[in-house]
Amino acid sequence: MSQLENLYREVIMEHYKNPRNKGLVNDPSYTTIHIKNPSCGDDITVQSKLVGNYIDDCRQDGHGCSICCSSASVLTETMIGKTKEQAQLIATNYLKMVKNQPFDETIDLEEASVYTGIRQFPARVKCASIAWMAFLDTLKKEE
Amino acid sequence: MENRYRNDFPKLHQEGYVYLDSAATSLKPQSVIDAVTHYNQHLSANVHRGVYFESYEATRLYEESRQIIAEFIGSQIEEIVYTRGATGALNFVATAYGLPTLQEGDEIIVSELEHHSQLLPWQAVCAKTKAKLIYLPLNAQGRITVDGFKQVLSSKTKIVALTYVSNVFGFLTPVEEIIKLAHQVNAVVVLDAAQAIQHVTIDVKKLDVDFLAFSGHKMLGPTGIGVLYGKKQLLSRLEPIEYGGDMNDAVGKYTSEWKDIPHRFEAGTMPIAEVIGLGEAVKYLKHVGLDQIEHDTTRLYRYTVQQLKKIDGIQIYNEFSDAGIIAFNLIGVHPHDAASFYAEQQVCLRAGHHCAQLVIQWLGIEACLRASMYFYNTFHDCDQFIKTTKEAVSFFKSVGF
Repeated sequence: MSQLENLYREVIMEHYKNPRNKGLVNDPSYTTIHIKNPSCGDDITVQSKLVGNYIDDCRQDGHGCSICCSSASVLTETMIGKTKEQAQLIATNYLKMVKNQPFDETIDLEEASVYTGIRQFPARVKCASIAWMAFLDTLKKEE
Repeated sequence: MENRYRNDFPKLHQEGYVYLDSAATSLKPQSVIDAVTHYNQHLSANVHRGVYFESYEATRLYEESRQIIAEFIGSQIEEIVYTRGATGALNFVATAYGLPTLQEGDEIIVSELEHHSQLLPWQAVCAKTKAKLIYLPLNAQGRITVDGFKQVLSSKTKIVALTYVSNVFGFLTPVEEIIKLAHQVNAVVVLDAAQAIQHVTIDVKKLDVDFLAFSGHKMLGPTGIGVLYGKKQLLSRLEPIEYGGDMNDAVGKYTSEWKDIPHRFEAGTMPIAEVIGLGEAVKYLKHVGLDQIEHDTTRLYRYTVQQLKKIDGIQIYNEFSDAGIIAFNLIGVHPHDAASFYAEQQVCLRAGHHCAQLVIQWLGIEACLRASMYFYNTFHDCDQFIKTTKEAVSFFKSVGF
């Protein structure tokens, strides 16, 4: 049960059971992106609020499997307080890591680094990615 | 007890591989693989064109498959149209028959059990013609019943587009009576037989069905090939939706003439190897016998459901499937999480909404797991599935689900 167990035992279950920054706000200073994974029904919405060049707040809501929901929770905790450039760098690197593509290992992914285990489960890469893709899209939409 | 067919399926030679996803696609027997390879390796010529041996032989096999398929469902040869799959066949009916015949206020009866391939083409046709989709009420179990059908059938009904066997529940639709009733109001019946053709003996003449669609790859055949059966008098009235090589008789500068059915609907080079493979798949199904297949599949299914019911923490959505399909969930565990656990044990099943989102909504859930068995499965496969399910339940409990 090795690989799957390792994957779940770490941060994932903790965030799945106690999701951070969950629930959306109805506030025009937030940028909102909604992404669905039609193959399995994962459905995640991410909001980010930029103040100056800083991510002042990041929120998430939706439903899906544990990988999807926990990675959305980890995302919000990782991003709050980062500069826009730091946030983009971390998210891009994270997405490369879960897709098993070469990534810059010197960049601190903080708690999100546990999702390196996803590489053993290629069918689940999308689950781990959609919240992070939605987040990057909020930054793009901002521009 | 040995399964005498197992050896015919090379994929099953893989140690420890438990394949319970036959409703998604069936495994292919060696004879089908050989037929496809024979074409590619020894013939590799186009059909209906060349005069050399290879082309003649490819044409002969291509048309022989049509005859084999026609005999299998009791149709005339020219009533068999090759398509890309059931999806291609149903889209063809919606576009070539539905679009030009439907008018505002006409009604199409469908159900929430439909696979997206029998739903979205009709939605698109309704958007263009202002015809209306009417959902028949399912019974408490989730079955299509004659009573439910009668509640929505009316003189406005022009098309009845239903699944023959549900791909999530495996429930058999009472098609005989539904067809009779539909014809009383002159409605045309289109059946999606993608999950029926490999389980149920179908006689299109006895059924008097108007259109019937199925895929090759769910009935031991190759992917990329399917069949549309249509009554001769209906098919003859339809315009082609694709134009090109091989489907024409005489080509002029401004107008052209088409071949007779079915060839007028098979423009361009068709998947010849796959057609030949499908003919071989039907031969194999006949060699085993659909009665035998049903007998063996049902025995495995009943045993597995009985074992599954004994496990705490499992919810089964269709206890009385007619086609060896179990739709279920581990309570409190998202099916995608569960499916990864099964995958690690080489137990292959499907997680998600199974291209039938309306069924999932009807159940009031996000998604579910689906285990589907076929005659090449064994009690050992079922036991492995049950064992893995028990382990999954305790694993997810242990990590805190």
